[in-house]
Amino acid sequence: MRNRLKVLRAERNWSQQDLADRLDVSRQSVNAIETGKYDPSLPLAFRIADLFALPIEDIFQRD
Amino acid sequence: MSRKMSPAARRYTLRLAVLMTAYVGLLFFARTIFDHGMAHGPIAYILALLPALPIIGVFWAVMRLIVEETDEFVRLLHVRQCLVATGFCLTVMTIWEWLQNFDLVASGNGGFGAAFFWFAGLGVGALYNRLTLGTAGGCA
Repeated sequence: MRNRLKVLRAERNWSQQDLADRLDVSRQSVNAIETGKYDPSLPLAFRIADLFALPIEDIFQRD
Repeated sequence: MSRKMSPAARRYTLRLAVLMTAYVGLLFFARTIFDHGMAHGPIAYILALLPALPIIGVFWAVMRLIVEETDEFVRLLHVRQCLVATGFCLTVMTIWEWLQNFDLVASGNGGFGAAFFWFAGLGVGALYNRLTLGTAGGCA
């Protein structure tokens, strides 16, 4: 699965740690999701979508 | 493990410190009693098992870490680490036992039991996580 997390984060000028704090996860988690090494669970994907005020499919796309 | 430890990781570290301190203390105590020839009958069995209890406690602490960790990616790292550790331990012990079955290595384990290889396996699991996911995980 591809995602636009890095772009969305950069648009807001947030570091990985900033995003991690907002999502209440570790910076490792943000890094793993951004680099495509880990696909988040549906609850976490919804939290990410809520944070960016976007539908999930605008953040995560099929390969 | 991140530089900022999660509450679950902090509890795990504290539990580990307490259990390892208890292990050293109980091992020293049991060894001293045996060395002075004061261990007999059922008391000897209880004394011999005392140092095993903190080691069993470490297994419990690792499982609690998995249960209590709220970060799903970090929890995944812990689970992978434990699976690799279990596979590593079973592999080493199976090979060793079969070499013993055909008298190719000496009987006994020289003090290196399954727990030792499981803990060593946590290190292998951390390495596996590092190589495949870029970060190690925290229960080594």
